[in-house]
Amino acid sequence: MLASWKVRVGLSVLVFFVLLAIFGPLISADPRANDITSISEPPSADHLFGTTQFGQDVLAQTIAGARGSMLVGILAAAIGTLIAVLVGVPAGYFGGAVDNGLNFLTNLFLVMPVLPLILIVAGYVQGTGPWVIALIIGLFGWSGGARTLRAQALSLSSRDFVLAMRMVGEPHRRLIFCEILPHLTGWISAMFLHGMIGGVMAEAGLAFLGISDSGSISWGTMIQSAQQQSAVLRGLWWWFVPPGLCIALIGTAATMVNFGVDEVSNPKLRMARRSVLVRTRKAVEA
Amino acid sequence: MRLAFLARRLGFYLAAAVAAIGLNFLLPRLMPGDPSSAIVEELERVSGQQVPAETLMSIRAIFGNPSDNLAQQFVDYARQLSHGDLGVSVVNFPVPVADLVLQALPWTLLLVGATTITAFAIGTLLGVVAGWKAGSRFDAILTPFTTFLSSVPYFWVALLALWVFGFVLGWTPLSGGYDADLPQGFSFAYAVSVLHHGLLPAATIVFSAFGGWLLGMRNMTVTTVREDYVLLAQAKGLSPRRVMFRYAARNAMLPSFTGFAMALGGVVGGALLTEIVFSYPGIGYLLYEALQKRDYPMMQGVFLLITLAVLLANLVADLAYVLLDPRIRAKG
Repeated sequence: MLASWKVRVGLSVLVFFVLLAIFGPLISADPRANDITSISEPPSADHLFGTTQFGQDVLAQTIAGARGSMLVGILAAAIGTLIAVLVGVPAGYFGGAVDNGLNFLTNLFLVMPVLPLILIVAGYVQGTGPWVIALIIGLFGWSGGARTLRAQALSLSSRDFVLAMRMVGEPHRRLIFCEILPHLTGWISAMFLHGMIGGVMAEAGLAFLGISDSGSISWGTMIQSAQQQSAVLRGLWWWFVPPGLCIALIGTAATMVNFGVDEVSNPKLRMARRSVLVRTRKAVEA
Repeated sequence: MRLAFLARRLGFYLAAAVAAIGLNFLLPRLMPGDPSSAIVEELERVSGQQVPAETLMSIRAIFGNPSDNLAQQFVDYARQLSHGDLGVSVVNFPVPVADLVLQALPWTLLLVGATTITAFAIGTLLGVVAGWKAGSRFDAILTPFTTFLSSVPYFWVALLALWVFGFVLGWTPLSGGYDADLPQGFSFAYAVSVLHHGLLPAATIVFSAFGGWLLGMRNMTVTTVREDYVLLAQAKGLSPRRVMFRYAARNAMLPSFTGFAMALGGVVGGALLTEIVFSYPGIGYLLYEALQKRDYPMMQGVFLLITLAVLLANLVADLAYVLLDPRIRAKG
């Protein structure tokens, strides 16, 4: 898997941001400190990313935001993936009435417009911590994953080795945990990665709409406070560009990892390298 | 067989619609806060004294009494809905929610409808070209670029665009859907101002949305290009363009097409964030305002509309799939 440059680059970017989220706040300046001698200043040697209207260091905020955003992203992904496994795997494994019920539930969540739904719920429970935000995002974001897992579990449970063990009288629990789930780890980890990015984006969207933990700093709350203080209309671009760029970078990195993994498992998608193409063309012409 | 399939799908969407209505009914009642108490609190905050009993009664007559039993509340709610009555807005009291929604709807439909179609057309076309010659310079530059584009948060692109084109260059207005000085109506100047205001929001939507279509279409094209019938068409000496569009693209398009039908359902609520950045007077902005001012009836009304639109579009997408894909037609 690491042979693909896309996976390598994507993973390094992700690891960088995870490390930043964990250790960043230890080495950076206080993101909340108001330096009233430098307000709304463009990037300089003192403040590499400039300062906000409140005289806060944008670099320190971006680093602190990494923690806030990643925390919600990872929590939301964990919750969403867990529900997807709990709903998708039994549906595919047991079939019949269990499948009918669970599949209906999945389809229902699949067709519901998620963002407005999250908005409404988050609107009712205003001013909440990262846990609630993550819970809401995870609760409404599992359906796609559940559908994939259902299909995979369905195909696995009809394979010979599972059938054979069923006949031997293995209990369902053991079969699911020891035979089915291990075969799904690839899907589940891809799902988690996807969910994490979705969570980071959703948190940013919610924060932008003013629904977030007001006490914490995340990339979303940074962009939102920039918007609230009319940073755009006053040309304070350094305030909202870094957090958005970070989100975009993480998203791209995750997509690259997914792409790379897809290409490893499905060689048809693999792009021929330019050097190979040129060589082939020359060979044909010769 | 086909009929049975349709009946099953229809049944599902009916159930989903009932679930959506039920959810819409239950959510506000399960959550802390309800419209009546919100108004009472607001009144008490503003006036500084307790709301008299009669006022409380009439507020509850309009916005519902949270202490009524749930079944009774649901019957009332369903009766209201069946008349197309979405309740009364709290903030814009006493304007019915339905009126406000109908006012905002054309703006969203026009903006997001036009941009959804444009983004789909551009993305699909470019996707065919990129997938047709996977690995060409065109593909090698465009595909990673769009990957990046599709990971950029929507509202952030909009903010950047607003800053560059609205603030720095001053080419476009900074907010709103039309020039407020002009009388609304079908005049040339008004139409021009609507276009002028809509241009930047539209451009940002197309810019962030076409990448998704491109990637999907590219990957499907890459797979169909290697099918035997494409090879045969080429061997017959048909023009490359004909083979590319009539043979490869046509067959690769099916998933994109259903995606498109579903995206049309998202048109009603699709551009929430964009509308908010540009203060565009559509459904998304309405929902945002309702959310900020805790206008519960409005929130519910808008949400119901968005959900029903999405359900309808999904149904249409399902039907289109049956019509377009002979394999499903045969299996039922």
